[in-house]
Amino acid sequence: MSNAGKKRNSQLSEIWRRYKKNKAAMVGLVILVIILFLAVFADLIVPYSKCIDQIGAERLQGPSLKHFFGTDEYGRDLFARVIHGSRYSLFIGVATSLMALVIGAVLGASAGYFGGVVDTVICRIIDVFMCVPPILLSLAVVAALGTSMRNLIIAITVSCIPGNVRLIRSLVLTVAEQDYVEAARSYGTSHARIIFRYVLPNAMGPIIVNTTMAISDMILSAAGLSFIGMGIQPPSPEWGALLSSAQQYMFTSPYLLLFPGMFIMLSSLSFNLVGDGLTDALDPKLKD
Amino acid sequence: MEDKMLEIRHLKKYFQTPAGKLHAVDDVSFQIEQGKTLGVVGESGCGKSTLGRTILCLNEPTEGKILFHGKDLVTAGKKERKRLRPKMQMIFQDPYSSLNGRMTVRQLIAEPLIVNKVCKNKKELEQRVSEAMETVGLAERLSMAYPHELDGGRRQRIGIARALVLEPEFIVCDEPVSALDVSIQAQILNLLMDLQEERKLTYLFITHDLSVVKHISDEIMVMYLGKCVERAPADEIFENPLHPYTKALLAAIPIPSVESCHKRRELLQGEVTSPVNPKPGCRFAARCPFAKESCRSGEILLREVSAGHFVACNQI
Repeated sequence: MSNAGKKRNSQLSEIWRRYKKNKAAMVGLVILVIILFLAVFADLIVPYSKCIDQIGAERLQGPSLKHFFGTDEYGRDLFARVIHGSRYSLFIGVATSLMALVIGAVLGASAGYFGGVVDTVICRIIDVFMCVPPILLSLAVVAALGTSMRNLIIAITVSCIPGNVRLIRSLVLTVAEQDYVEAARSYGTSHARIIFRYVLPNAMGPIIVNTTMAISDMILSAAGLSFIGMGIQPPSPEWGALLSSAQQYMFTSPYLLLFPGMFIMLSSLSFNLVGDGLTDALDPKLKD
Repeated sequence: MEDKMLEIRHLKKYFQTPAGKLHAVDDVSFQIEQGKTLGVVGESGCGKSTLGRTILCLNEPTEGKILFHGKDLVTAGKKERKRLRPKMQMIFQDPYSSLNGRMTVRQLIAEPLIVNKVCKNKKELEQRVSEAMETVGLAERLSMAYPHELDGGRRQRIGIARALVLEPEFIVCDEPVSALDVSIQAQILNLLMDLQEERKLTYLFITHDLSVVKHISDEIMVMYLGKCVERAPADEIFENPLHPYTKALLAAIPIPSVESCHKRRELLQGEVTSPVNPKPGCRFAARCPFAKESCRSGEILLREVSAGHFVACNQI
């Protein structure tokens, strides 16, 4: 249908038009695109071998033209390590928050929409998980499963699910009692269609912000877990692990902390800004 | 009576609340003939909307029968209900909250067709939607608009188109004009009446606005706290109201003339009694100026006092 095609385009361009108006969100998007670009084309920018090549003669050197971000205690190029580290951090951040979103949406929406026994069961289980601080929950999962990339992702996802379920459940509760949901029922819409076409789209704004902001949280907790040695293991150049090994040289070579820290901060910030911008842009009610 | 399209027998809907059983609809029976309109009036909270929703099985009735062309919807299976569903539709009160703000006008109207898998292909779907939009007087250029971009009247037209697109025989109109400006109210009412004439539609018209109900109804049912207190043809009820509550309701219609300002009005005393665990006897007894001891006990039944005029009052 040419008609439908045209509509889709105009809707997207409408969203883009509204998004562009938000300066901070545009800054966030630019930073995010740069970091994504670095992560995707890391191999073209600097070969992975530079991350692990240890050059004894060039240990702990400050930033220079040869080593943009300097070198670490084994003489490895920090620039290469930070660039390749972005792959780990971004992948963990995006993967965990998307998984937590999907699981949270299914559980939260069923709890809020169906209510009754379903709600009680899901909520009580979530309550149990909520009792444990997220970082401890992740630690417990890693301790039980062992340290690896996959287990780190599982651990962080698990710690993120309870909050998502709570948020989505409460959003669904307010949307589900709107008249248009009743109207949808009156012409025989199935529960699944109501949840996915009526309830979730109308609860989307806060969910999207929460997810983009969660990505930054996830990057931080992955970094945190790696920092205390429960996440990505050396010599893999994850940002948190870089920070962790840099702490011994904090006073003599502060750049070792500065650059990975800056990337963690920038990626986290950009996801937050983009999330904020999307909230406004995705709401058709806020036309201008 | 011929052509009994919808017959309701002893319909009850109780809600379980912490305070006890809330009798939202209590033993209501009536029938509507094809192509006619039954107006349901009563004050807020008397169970009018619940009645409409229960008839469409949006609430499971506690007891009673809903016969649609002789088929009982209460005992009907899922399949049967699914088959009958497109024949019974609803128009909602609030055109602001009854439309999903994330869908365009075209999507909103197409939704019932998609859900009920009425159309074989996209072309037919587009065709049906365009027809429905034309019928209710929505310009084609609005089809990509979102509801929040339109005014109340246009939104309500979307609501009507959405109800009509499945070509129903029976429509529950739940205060369809009470959220609209007076000038637009008239437009929408006229639209509803034209549609009724064209398509032989049957309406259950729920409202608290008596002037509206007189305009559109063939028969009027007055409800008080879940009970039907009086039911009669529209003209009859306005000329010869029998139940004290109906009289009070009619006396409360504002009359736009200078002299009437000085006339004293019969005003009802007291508050509406709670619909939770109501006492036996007449529900209206606590506020009724004519109530006697006999009104406060036993079941007050709806009696036919003259042809087609039913009233539930011991004093008549």
